[in-house]
Amino acid sequence: MNRREFLHLLSAASAAGLTLPLDPARAEKAAEALYDAPAFGNVSLLHITDCHAQLRPIYFREPNVNIGVGAMANRPPHLVGEAFLKHFKVEPGTRLAHAFTFLDFERYAALYGRVGGFAHLATLVKRLRATRPGALLLDGGDTWQGSGAAMWTKGQDMVDAAKLLGVEAMTLHWECTYGQDRVKEIADKDFAGHIDIVAQNIKTQDFGDPVFKPYVMRVVNGVKVAVVGQAFPYTPIANPRYMVADWTFGIQEDNMQKTVDAARADGAKVVVVLSHNGMDVDLKMASRVRGIDAILGGHTHDGVPAPSIVDNGGGKTLVTNAGSNAKFIGVLDFDVKDGKVSDFRYRLLPIFSNLLPADAEMEALIARTRAPFESKLNEKLAVSEGLLYRRGNFNGSFDQVILDALIAEKDAEIALSPGFRWGTTILPGEPITMENVLDQTAITYPYVTLTQMKGSQIKQILEDVCDNLFNADPYYQQGGDMVRVGGLAYSCDPTATAGNRIGDMELNGKPIDAEKTYKVAGWAPVSEAARDAGGEPIWDLVARNLRARKTIAAPKLNLPHLKNVDGNLGLAG
Amino acid sequence: MGNPMKIRAVSKDGVTEVKVLMNHPMETGLRKDAAGALIPALFITEVTAKLNDKVVLQAQWGQSVAKNPYLGFKVKGGKPGDKVTISWVDTSGDTRSDQATVN
Amino acid sequence: MTLELQPSRRGFLRQTGLLGLAVSAVTFLPRMAYASWNKAAFGAKTMADTYKAMGVDSPTVSADIQLNAADIAENGAVVPVEAISKIPNTTQISFLVEKNPAMLTAQFDIGPDTLPQISTRVKMGQTSNVIALVKADGKFYTASKEIKVTLGGCGG
Repeated sequence: MNRREFLHLLSAASAAGLTLPLDPARAEKAAEALYDAPAFGNVSLLHITDCHAQLRPIYFREPNVNIGVGAMANRPPHLVGEAFLKHFKVEPGTRLAHAFTFLDFERYAALYGRVGGFAHLATLVKRLRATRPGALLLDGGDTWQGSGAAMWTKGQDMVDAAKLLGVEAMTLHWECTYGQDRVKEIADKDFAGHIDIVAQNIKTQDFGDPVFKPYVMRVVNGVKVAVVGQAFPYTPIANPRYMVADWTFGIQEDNMQKTVDAARADGAKVVVVLSHNGMDVDLKMASRVRGIDAILGGHTHDGVPAPSIVDNGGGKTLVTNAGSNAKFIGVLDFDVKDGKVSDFRYRLLPIFSNLLPADAEMEALIARTRAPFESKLNEKLAVSEGLLYRRGNFNGSFDQVILDALIAEKDAEIALSPGFRWGTTILPGEPITMENVLDQTAITYPYVTLTQMKGSQIKQILEDVCDNLFNADPYYQQGGDMVRVGGLAYSCDPTATAGNRIGDMELNGKPIDAEKTYKVAGWAPVSEAARDAGGEPIWDLVARNLRARKTIAAPKLNLPHLKNVDGNLGLAG
Repeated sequence: MGNPMKIRAVSKDGVTEVKVLMNHPMETGLRKDAAGALIPALFITEVTAKLNDKVVLQAQWGQSVAKNPYLGFKVKGGKPGDKVTISWVDTSGDTRSDQATVN
Repeated sequence: MTLELQPSRRGFLRQTGLLGLAVSAVTFLPRMAYASWNKAAFGAKTMADTYKAMGVDSPTVSADIQLNAADIAENGAVVPVEAISKIPNTTQISFLVEKNPAMLTAQFDIGPDTLPQISTRVKMGQTSNVIALVKADGKFYTASKEIKVTLGGCGG
């Protein structure tokens, strides 16, 4: 029986409802096939990003809608499903195909099990370090936020886990939503002597002084390697500005060039950017800034198995993106000869928790940090009959649960929920726990709002968010997905210009009147006024709704009618 | 009298870089307070910068310069110990002048 | 997200005072401190009137002016802008916001020892082109850049 036949057999067995416990010998073999990545060259970088505080193994369904527009259409990362597999030559039905795509998600998730988990990640990091002495472990950020425990400890559980994992340097985005003082406290105390926060694009509001080191230099097997930090450029826009009142961000392309030049002048033979730009922004930056060997990217949560190679006036730059939720680790091996990178190998390795034994020390740390919250997190609120997930350009099924709860609990006509890209997945038949709800909602500005809004204002919000997602110039994008919409039907033409993408807005079959006022429920307001007004945290509202309903039928997704995207490879059934 | 400015003047390679943060509401005159009453206009209209006794920059401003205005410029010459003086006049006729020493 | 449900964009405009400007004429005439303050230019409500009041006649678009600003404003009420002119004999640099009710924001007359490089921060009510207008040898030149003002929220 060859490999393909074996996999087919597995699929058939799974489809027939047979359980397939992974016997140890088979697990060992699968792990070897997956993780036996031979070392190469003399400088290795291990890259994790956007784990969103997921310390334990989870399910995470990759998107079936990730549309690219303009020059970004039909190229990585805007490929989904079969188009993705075809482009990267991944065999359907395999573990890798399951890790990278949404295809037959329920079936393969049941077969291949949960992904991620810091204890399993730690085991793989140790194995990789053993074959790659001196390898640098870099964290692209969005590490301290995304779970109840992280929120309640103000990121402390993740700070401790990152230190134990041996992260060398990180950059920032959601970290900032604990406030600039908390970030500085961690940088100056917990991280001192362990982890450097790097960000060339965070400066003080007053006179533009750097807040963090723009880059750090490490010597790897005798080679000087500079790691330049690029924090999420639009943190004060996408998240509350009051959290970082004294800091300013932005892409700061000129300063990026200066920083790269300074690192080279300082003797760096390898320059990498640890970036939270999002992949489209990274691709554009790579085409314009010279002297970067690789941009190790995050933010947009794209699990991309092979780097995009971008030509610019100074040579070639590799651009990668390493997914989210601790589901992947990127391994970039450079061969540095005669003072420059001469060759490379890259792998994006999925963390399958049942193929990697848990690291005991990390497991113990996680258990310790969770202990005070365990009973609250484990509360079973309801049982889900359908697959619940978030990721995708438009409403995911977990978003729909939140929207339905908002409309019901606030007696609203329309509900809006943020297009975050984090949020884990629940398989059909599983309980929905408080932990699951917090995995979708744990933020430091969780207030539920109820607002009387004119039809014209609702349109303006949809247009505004849509432009942040589909602007043809990546530097004008913010990297979130479309705001999730409940109650309201609409159409969306991603290829249109700002202000012209949203149409056919209807409520209960009647056109939205620009001048009429509607009752709109939402959450996660970014203004100071909304913070001062307070409001119930969204997780309490959703939990109350779920407890009362007990059984949650697979929600009907309120998706927009899409225009001008026929044949787009970022769109699948 | 207004409120004090924050001025930084640094000399490097024969050029003095000056950064100023003024403390001014820059009210447009069309904003309403919580009670719905118009807040009267009050914004800086003119700014003058001197290096020692020499005027090096003169500005005219309208109401859409941001609150607590920022001004950055560079001037040839200037050495540590020299004085940079920034003065403004606003629509109420109020004025303010602050001085910093070049570093 | 962020989904600025509250305050709304209208609220934001009210907050910055630009909404009021949009719907009513400039009725307040500031007491002149110096006779030199160009009331006509700062009160003008079209580009044509603004340029006329400034004595600008069909300015030339120039690649020798560098206009540095973020692509998306972090805060429409405080948008950093910097203009650097490489045009010889530059004597004046001005900033204009095309979609503000009164376009002219600030005008800087620079002395002979001052480098033609000015930074300031402007208010913007909505996404707009920002223009750097440079006067050199009595002629006018421009560079412009679109700066997006967004409601915010909804980030990744």
